[in-house]
Amino acid sequence: MQVIVNISLKEGVLDPQGRAISHSLNDLGFNEVINVKVGKQILLEIDENDPARLRQRVARMCETLLSNTVIEDYWIEIPDEQ
Amino acid sequence: MVAIEQLTSRRPALVWHKEATLEAADLVIIPGGFSFGDYLRCGALAGRSPIMNALLDHAARGGAVLGICNGFQILTEMAMVPGVLIRNAGLKFTCRNVDLQVCETVASPFSSGLAIQKKLRIPVAHNEGNYFAEPNELEKLNSEGQIIFRYVNGDSFGLPNPNGAADNIAGVLSKNGRVLGMMPHPERAMLNLHGGTDGAHFLLKSLEALLS
Repeated sequence: MQVIVNISLKEGVLDPQGRAISHSLNDLGFNEVINVKVGKQILLEIDENDPARLRQRVARMCETLLSNTVIEDYWIEIPDEQ
Repeated sequence: MVAIEQLTSRRPALVWHKEATLEAADLVIIPGGFSFGDYLRCGALAGRSPIMNALLDHAARGGAVLGICNGFQILTEMAMVPGVLIRNAGLKFTCRNVDLQVCETVASPFSSGLAIQKKLRIPVAHNEGNYFAEPNELEKLNSEGQIIFRYVNGDSFGLPNPNGAADNIAGVLSKNGRVLGMMPHPERAMLNLHGGTDGAHFLLKSLEALLS
């Protein structure tokens, strides 16, 4: 099954990359942009068909490697989950 | 490696990250570099290398560990020292001398030979040296004496804090003082030819404390 892991910086953690992009968008005339946060998306193809077990395993992956929970939040999407 | 050999006249053992065991050592040093191309997060993949279980065992036995630059990033990823190192606030790779002040700490071989308030001039060279920890965590680090080096005003060119690090933190200790992570590179301040010998002073004092 395919799993999508989204990772973003926690509220309150400085995001210099987001800030730089925000400044550039403002310079380009997109003055409505107030704040930009840059995150990442990791797509996993996993040999497991039980969504509950899948979710649990991927959460473990996020906790042990994919995210650093000191500064990052993650959320898991399973597109094929009924 | 050359720096330690220069100070001790003994050749340190080199351990590959795929190895699974560490021989008994007075000190394990995780040097700088860009392990795994800084993919995912700097230090994240190296922090899960096969050798790291042996490193955790070494630290659990009270063994000393020094992580420099990428080594510091790896130690934070392994939660062997608190906090995280994020992108420099100035968005630039920074490579230059900085001035550090030695802080009062918990008992530690890395600080025992250094005078409190002493200033050291040691170069940094990094893209992710911006130390971050939650405010309550920072307070705890302060009160428990886990902050060993802070960036301070000195004669070095540029802002005293080269990366935006919280509370000007350049190096932190584990709770028991046996593990140190620091962004500056002491091994690059070994000779007058390097622009100073403060790195040699720090390493020598640490080794003396560890070997005595």
